Amino acid sequence: MGAETDLHKDGPVGAAKAGGEAGLAKVIVITSGKGGVGKTTTSAAFAAGLALRGHKTVVIDFDVGLRNLDLVMGCERRVVFDFINVINGDANLNQALIKDKRHDNLFIFPTSQTRDKNALKREGVERVMEELKQQFEYIVCDSPAGIGHGAITALYFADSAIIVTNPEVSSVRDSDRIIGILASRSRRAERNEPPVDVHLLLTRYDPTRVTKGEMLGVEDVKEILSIPLLGVIPESESVLRASNTGTPVVFDETSPAGRAYVDAVARFLGEQREMRFVKPERRGFFRALFGRA
Amino acid sequence: MGFFRSLFKPRHSSASIAKERLKIVLAHERAGRNAPDFLPLLQKELLTVVGRYIEISEDMIRVTLANSGDTSSLEINIEIEGGKLKADSGKALSAAV
Repeated sequence: MGAETDLHKDGPVGAAKAGGEAGLAKVIVITSGKGGVGKTTTSAAFAAGLALRGHKTVVIDFDVGLRNLDLVMGCERRVVFDFINVINGDANLNQALIKDKRHDNLFIFPTSQTRDKNALKREGVERVMEELKQQFEYIVCDSPAGIGHGAITALYFADSAIIVTNPEVSSVRDSDRIIGILASRSRRAERNEPPVDVHLLLTRYDPTRVTKGEMLGVEDVKEILSIPLLGVIPESESVLRASNTGTPVVFDETSPAGRAYVDAVARFLGEQREMRFVKPERRGFFRALFGRA
Repeated sequence: MGFFRSLFKPRHSSASIAKERLKIVLAHERAGRNAPDFLPLLQKELLTVVGRYIEISEDMIRVTLANSGDTSSLEINIEIEGGKLKADSGKALSAAV
């Protein structure tokens, strides 16, 4: 244990307290079923957002063989040991954890580039998770796409799940599937514990297209999936700019997507915040006259 | 006309088509997903038991779990071709006991 004495200093009221008090650290899986919807972007932004709120947070890449979180977090040249090395006992946890240069509370745990998809053995992952819970308040798990071994392992230990969904048919369907899997195959489900609490995060949202009837709206997706809405992230140029430069988008204060993630993190921590970026920016004369059709 | 219609009634927009399609497909998939794993086994065992008394083949028995609202119903459909009873059905029963 050791270095966790200063963990609690500025955590907001009601938030999970950190390690040491084992079992109180919270495991959050960022998952979606479908690929390319923004899981890694969300993992990076959410973990950074939690760190900015004063919580000691680690973000883990579960996408064995297709490591990318390191790039999105901008620490790709600092990876020495990885998740599989720690599971196999070739390195200890603190050798593999990468401390973020922008924030003291933020750590990255990169995955391995091995092609052996079954390298993530459940017992090994469990051991590492228990060790992480001693050090961190939040453990953010970036799931691979699909419903294979990696995705199931990523969600297995979750206390909370953020279902990243695009307002588009295949993404909504896959989210529904993943919600079903969380309800039946997570550790909480297997042990008959209270279920994983699931949150909907709608990403790549374009309010103008929604108004035109070209894109599923927030209410539509909420109604179909019937899980609580954590946030709506607008389609934004700043997301690509953030990944180009290896900066979690929450660090870009001018970015609408970044601000939307900050709001989502606040809601996750129990704050009430109004949804922003769900209406078109500029309301044309006719639209203002007739109301939103 | 077209302009005003699109303004007031975006009902047949592609988004609303997407929503309807999703509702239908997910209703089906959720029902199938919630179907417990034991259904195929149940069907097999029923086939064995019923087969002791009546000549029956695998495709003549259908087991489905249907959900509508709050109620679920387990539906077992057994087709009997001309009701061919097995001559030794009594014997089968005593053998089983």
